[in-house]
Amino acid sequence: MSTRIFGSGIKRREDPRLITGEARYTDDIKLPGVLHMAVVRSPYAHANIVSIDSSAAQAMEGVVAVYTSEDIGDGLAGLPTAWLIPDSDLKTPEHPALAKGKVRYVGDGVAIVLADDRYRAQDAADAVVVEYEELPAVIDPEEAAGEGAPLIHDDVEGNIAFRWVMGDREASDAVFDAADVVVSERILQQRLLPTAMEPRSAMAQYNAATEELTLWCTSQNPHIHRFIISAVTGLNENKVRVIAPEVGGGFGSKIPCYPDEALVSWAAIKLGLPVKWTETRSENYLITIHGRDHVQHVEMAAGNDGALLGVRATVYAGMGGYLSTAAPGIPTILHGLLYVGPYTMGSVFCESIGVMTNGTPTDAYRGAGRPEATFLLERMVDNVARAIDMDPAELRRKNLIPAFEDGHEVATTLVYDSGDYPVAFEKALDMAGYGDFREQQAAARAESRYLGIGVTAYTEMCGLGPSQVAGAVGFQGGLWESATVRVTPTGKVQALIGASPHGQGSETTLAQIIADELGFPVDDIEVIHGDTTETPMGWGTYGSRTTPVTGAALAQASRKLKDKARVLAAHLMEANVDDIEYADGSFSVKGSPDQAQSIQDVALMAHLAWNMPEGMDPGFEESQFYDPPNFVYPFGTHIAIVEVDAETGVIDLQRYIAVDDCGPQINPEIVAGQIHGGVVQGIAQALCEGVIYDENGQLLTGTMQDYCMPKADMFPNFELGETVTPSPHHPVGVKGVGETGTIASTPTVYNAVLDALAPLGVQQIDMPLTSAKVWSAIQDARS
Amino acid sequence: MWPNKFDYARAGSVDEALSLISEDGKYLAGGHSLLPVMKLRLDAPGQLVDIGRIPELQGISANGGLTIGAGTTHDAIATSADVQAMCAALASACGQVGDQGVRNFGTLGGNIAHADPASDPPTVLVACGATVNIRGADGSRSVAAQDFFVDLFETALEDGELITSVSLPNCSDCQCAYVKFPHPASRYAIVGVAVCLKMDGGTCAQADVAVGGATVKAVKCAGAEAALAGTTVDEAAVNAAAEAVKADIADWLAGDIAYPESYRQQMAGVYLKRAIAAAQG
Repeated sequence: MSTRIFGSGIKRREDPRLITGEARYTDDIKLPGVLHMAVVRSPYAHANIVSIDSSAAQAMEGVVAVYTSEDIGDGLAGLPTAWLIPDSDLKTPEHPALAKGKVRYVGDGVAIVLADDRYRAQDAADAVVVEYEELPAVIDPEEAAGEGAPLIHDDVEGNIAFRWVMGDREASDAVFDAADVVVSERILQQRLLPTAMEPRSAMAQYNAATEELTLWCTSQNPHIHRFIISAVTGLNENKVRVIAPEVGGGFGSKIPCYPDEALVSWAAIKLGLPVKWTETRSENYLITIHGRDHVQHVEMAAGNDGALLGVRATVYAGMGGYLSTAAPGIPTILHGLLYVGPYTMGSVFCESIGVMTNGTPTDAYRGAGRPEATFLLERMVDNVARAIDMDPAELRRKNLIPAFEDGHEVATTLVYDSGDYPVAFEKALDMAGYGDFREQQAAARAESRYLGIGVTAYTEMCGLGPSQVAGAVGFQGGLWESATVRVTPTGKVQALIGASPHGQGSETTLAQIIADELGFPVDDIEVIHGDTTETPMGWGTYGSRTTPVTGAALAQASRKLKDKARVLAAHLMEANVDDIEYADGSFSVKGSPDQAQSIQDVALMAHLAWNMPEGMDPGFEESQFYDPPNFVYPFGTHIAIVEVDAETGVIDLQRYIAVDDCGPQINPEIVAGQIHGGVVQGIAQALCEGVIYDENGQLLTGTMQDYCMPKADMFPNFELGETVTPSPHHPVGVKGVGETGTIASTPTVYNAVLDALAPLGVQQIDMPLTSAKVWSAIQDARS
Repeated sequence: MWPNKFDYARAGSVDEALSLISEDGKYLAGGHSLLPVMKLRLDAPGQLVDIGRIPELQGISANGGLTIGAGTTHDAIATSADVQAMCAALASACGQVGDQGVRNFGTLGGNIAHADPASDPPTVLVACGATVNIRGADGSRSVAAQDFFVDLFETALEDGELITSVSLPNCSDCQCAYVKFPHPASRYAIVGVAVCLKMDGGTCAQADVAVGGATVKAVKCAGAEAALAGTTVDEAAVNAAAEAVKADIADWLAGDIAYPESYRQQMAGVYLKRAIAAAQG
């Protein structure tokens, strides 16, 4: 009886170095003679640059150079937008690394200072005198798309960067016109700050003799960074090496290629010295991408019997001052296609309008488009329940898609891979004691205590994704992954992957896949990532894709190796291949169990190549490219129970139940960790996180004193449950789980709070649900 | 993150500190208010005189009342048996400052010199009638806490002066409490209320009430005090005090974008009730 390492909650192998402070991040790497870059940033959200005087700064001790966009000239091309969504009249305004004549958000770079010391660089940056002519600014995306809004880019008329339509407007109208009930709501998906624990950092070194540039940077996708840095600097791609050393979280914010990475590269080439830049937390909040920022006008149609008939929305998606790397794809492809959710709903329509504003550029933030879709869907389902006076859980139960094992096409044209939504749903309701809760709630209301429950059924699309689909939707890259499993002569394994994990525990999870396939002890397997020269090509870690896509590549590469090992073992034991049995990393001959070759023995013999079968190449290493045939669709049901203190508006989150199905769990501890983290981030959107700008575009939530990060004492112990529905198209059946928590939890908690407030007559509050807003809503409803 | 350039000197005594301080200098004790401000370049003192290791600024003595050295950490105050016995509200407030790391470094003197309106200890000091003891080039003086806090981040300290200690009357016979509504982001007070009730039999002989967080400085609340004094602190008196306290702070209100003045003012009433309930144990 063998114990499978697949499915075992072993400890994360990356943790010792992370929790002892031994991990080496970009900023930890010291190069002799390094120059420090500080960036002079715009204090205005929208202004013309009248003049820049850097003479005082240039004269300061330790300052090597001060550069503006004029000095760079055509030395750097503008930063590209890499998701060119089709049929949307997409405009891609120029995004220069330093502003040319005009700044478009607070924090937009105006000049760079290179000095021998970080403090001196900052002193000199403060001494650069920039004269601005301030222009009116606009932050709200709906307002920015309206009449009379200040024009942000001359070549983006009406500030509208794209207009993307999904579905048939007339067909949708017909469904809505005929429906018994139509509910509607204006939903604000507020801006969020990704707040990775490690701020961004970049250091570049150029070797003029070999014309090679090395860029260390905080990247979720070093191969994409290499591609873009090559494009903007003009260096051949094979002369650019991008290394993502330890990366302390990203949540999407380390996908884009930013001006800062381009600027250190350019300066290192220009000056022939290494150049380093590390952002402060204040800079991180000003310039690193923000997430969400939708104004949504949403409607849902239903029958009086509770049949959900259709959903439609007009979405104004704030893009910020420039279009970030993947920005256009987030409120469109990754958003509208999720409008059916887990329901048997036949009609969907979405018009998503990407709007330039004077905010920080937005891009993918954990969940990226899918939380915004799930929220509007679940919010509207609760509104329908209220409108027809049906219990919201019963309404969901009535509309769930029945179980399917191998493909189910929905109205958005997606083909869900597998699902058993009712089982997960009932399990979550059982765990919560839903029926008993409704009785407790009624009793509490009689004592003027306000308890509420929120139930979210969800499915989502991740494991991005088939490259053919990527091409069809305008993503300027593939979405396959590749991996090499290399076994050393002494039987130790190096697994080289193109993806770039940065805190997900993939070094453990992926090693477990290989260990399970090949029988090597998991401790003998090293997963190597984050260096474009060392690792094979890959498209990066985001979209809950590394376990499903890279994991599949590794499983298949391992299987190739195992096939080779079986033939070689048979040859060495002078047996027929068909008589070879395999168990726990050992090959034996059927009927003579004392004769055996371990996988390590076989690896050594493959390297020595003293006695190979006819036609077999030496060595013990296999590579695999894996392009997924479909996305994977994890699903589940989350439930929250809250109590609202009507005297203060304070929300007490009392219970949180999450039943998730991500297929077979490779490491249940890591799955739980991903769900915990995602749920916390999603609840924080509902309850406390939110960017606030003033009317001039100044960021008022520029530090953690004002921007409310979630804290452990805000949360009860999460109650997790799972169901297991394998993906039919995946080599080991797994689905992604990195984003499910953020996708499901925001509407769950929001709906719980609104359920609690229902007897007080409160029907809608914009997120985040701060006590001040809840209290005001109660007062307004009472008066 | 990258403070401006400054000179640094460490003083071994109060006299030495007073002699070292220059015109653009600041005293550095625990650094948990000053250094963040410098890192954000919101302040750029040219000199720091480190008073963190001056023995005469350390420690708590209980002799009829309490005298707390200005360099005493929040944690030392929160965990002191003498403070817990003689001014439980101060122990409670100091135990709610920041997190444990902040309380291990931050000092009472540094805290009140910084005069953050949302900090916890000033509210208790004002309610409980504390005295701030100050040394300067011209000698020593003492200022009542109520007069020490002048406005937002503004105190009665003159340039170069140094807080040496804070004195408090013995409040062990009182019912006192500090109750705080923490800001979810910063955990500073959205509103903090300190209450000290001197009971004579079943009647309140004297009530002291102060509010911070909702105001630009810790404010003594005479209206609320009058509503409680002479009563049995019954529900009617408590409700009257909760109404009165909103008027008491009306001229001093402060807020932020997420928790505006109007909300904080209302919450002062709610939290006064909760503070009284806590004081009554």
